[in-house]
Amino acid sequence: MSHPQRAAAFTSDAERTTWHDETLWFVRQKRDKAVYAIPEFQQLRQLASDIKEHTLSRLDEYLEQFEQNARANGVQVHWAADAAEHNRIVLDIMRGVGATSLVKSKSMLTEECHLNPFLIKNGIAVVDTDLGERIVQLREEAPSHLVLPAIHLKKEDVGETFHVHLGTPKGEKDPQNLTEAARQHLREKFLIGQVAITGVNFAVAETGAVVVCTNEGNADLGVNLAQVHIACMGMEKLIPRTADLGVFTRLLARSATGQPVTTYTSHFAKPAEGRAMHIVIVDNGRTRQLGRPDFRNSLKCIRCGACMNTCPVYRRSGGHSYDFTVPGPIGAILSPNIDMRQHSTLPFASTLCGSCTDVCPVKIDIHAQLYKWRQIIAQEGELPASKKLGMKLLSTVLAHPGIYRFGGKIAREGLRLLPHGLTHAAAFNPWAKARELPEPPKQSFRDWYAEQVVKL
Amino acid sequence: MKVGLFIPCYIDQFYPQVGIATYQLLEKLGVQADFPRQQTCCGQPMANTGCEQDAKPVYHHFVDTFAGYDYVVAPSGSCVYHVRKHYDVVEQTGAVQHVRQSTFDLFDFITTVLGVTELPGRFPHQVGLHLSCHGQRGLHQANESEMTPVRDGQLSRLLRSVDGLTLTELNRNDECCGFGGTFCITEEAVSARMGQDRVQDHLLNGTEVLTGGDMSCLMHLEGIVRRRQLPMRVMHAAEIFNAALPQPSPSVSTFVPQPIVAES
Repeated sequence: MSHPQRAAAFTSDAERTTWHDETLWFVRQKRDKAVYAIPEFQQLRQLASDIKEHTLSRLDEYLEQFEQNARANGVQVHWAADAAEHNRIVLDIMRGVGATSLVKSKSMLTEECHLNPFLIKNGIAVVDTDLGERIVQLREEAPSHLVLPAIHLKKEDVGETFHVHLGTPKGEKDPQNLTEAARQHLREKFLIGQVAITGVNFAVAETGAVVVCTNEGNADLGVNLAQVHIACMGMEKLIPRTADLGVFTRLLARSATGQPVTTYTSHFAKPAEGRAMHIVIVDNGRTRQLGRPDFRNSLKCIRCGACMNTCPVYRRSGGHSYDFTVPGPIGAILSPNIDMRQHSTLPFASTLCGSCTDVCPVKIDIHAQLYKWRQIIAQEGELPASKKLGMKLLSTVLAHPGIYRFGGKIAREGLRLLPHGLTHAAAFNPWAKARELPEPPKQSFRDWYAEQVVKL
Repeated sequence: MKVGLFIPCYIDQFYPQVGIATYQLLEKLGVQADFPRQQTCCGQPMANTGCEQDAKPVYHHFVDTFAGYDYVVAPSGSCVYHVRKHYDVVEQTGAVQHVRQSTFDLFDFITTVLGVTELPGRFPHQVGLHLSCHGQRGLHQANESEMTPVRDGQLSRLLRSVDGLTLTELNRNDECCGFGGTFCITEEAVSARMGQDRVQDHLLNGTEVLTGGDMSCLMHLEGIVRRRQLPMRVMHAAEIFNAALPQPSPSVSTFVPQPIVAES
């Protein structure tokens, strides 16, 4: 299935589409309010972009510096070239300590690596402890948003899920009661978790520490109760210094949800006495993306989700329509790097309106990269044949004024003479499913000009 | 001093009245524009579909057509943005550079080149302005809600200056209409839904005449308005100004255009 097909399925429920659009627009407005209140916000974006630009330009050095400092802190550092190696490393760590239960706070990287199914297949009990993540985990779904993983669900949907899995009363949809049920349920899981996985928002090269931003405190609870902490990070998460961190924490929560800062900004530098801490640094295609000059700055992404909240297409097609771990505009420029054929429709799931670029806190030129991916996808022969042929034909017409004039006249005459039912048949003309075609005028502008102006 | 009128292909064929209004509006402002007949299109439909390579002959044709003009003016920010931004893939000859720098959206031309920020005339209607993304975010013709709460721009200023004209205050001032070129066909469902939502915002807030600077967005929105038989007229802003502006208009026809010299 392609993005247009999945998006059409989503929009076919008009009421739900309205609700999804308005919910995310509300988040976008919260972001706007927070941004307008900071006079230096645009300078902050530039600064963040520049820091990331610098870091990416010498990523190898910063990675080694980070590893060295983390090891000096007593942390075990692992390198994974791809998702499979990442998953194997995590499983080996767990088996090494004889652990069978895992609590996990939010980590898009582990979603990207499909860690959960791998571990479950290997006999590990995995519990996502972020509320939204837990909801989608119980439903055996993927998150539909970077920051708001269950944003595609209404409270009634959550009530039904909790009724089935957690035994809440049928029809219970009060958010307070549902959250309390999740809290009690997760508390038990926290207490038996032997190993805790966290994601990483920022990894500080000069200290070897990792920083995790959450609103629920679940990362801290998990790490502090478990014997072993595994922090899984993509290798682009580095920043050079602790002093740089404030630039990003000021941008992250404001861009994501309009909060001044996330409720918890937790720094993990070394294992507690008698415990172990591991960091797994994952490539999984990032080096390849770094080597693409037009697309390398997509690695600046701090996963705030602002581009999703603002994207008029995402808001009306839902995160699952992208069928990629990272949905929305940023996902549409990251996914072709992973598998161009599979994700070939994603860079076209955009009007190139540019709003994503304008909200991006690290100034990734997302819409420009969508345009560039389109060129590559066409060159690699991944466009549908009808589109490819149509564009060649159009090019010939438009490069030859005579053919263009003739073709234009035929089209206008045809539209005027043919029955409406034929010109507006949705089977041949997708435009006409919901829209009228323009009323064809008798005369083109050029004909008018020739008559009126040149004669004078 | 020569001003070339670029009337994008779909306007030429389907909205000649917009081309006529553009031509006459410029005339009223003291600019005698010339329409070179061999012109066709800027090449954007192919390029946005990923077929930039196929578009190159069209780019060359565009440059050949307009290289001899001091300014190229078009009633479409999107086509202008394409010429300015995406003609970087052909060899940057003097002619290419000149055409890229001197191609202007009509209202950008009126505001920044002619220096006209107010237009006399009367248009006693409630007008809803659709801000087109390429003009707004691409050519910076209007403030963006991503950056500032202040809703301001070239076109809204010009519209506000017209006697009797009330501008609709929208819930979402600058959300994309969903046209998006071939997007409107490949992503038909989302495109239509986006357009319906834009139209609804105007309907809720009292728009009688829906306008904008880009006929492609308006073609899409008009298609929805007509399908739903809504009580709303769709007009390009050039049509509004041309209808409102008395003829002749000596107060504003003081323009002496200066050529833009290509950087070497």
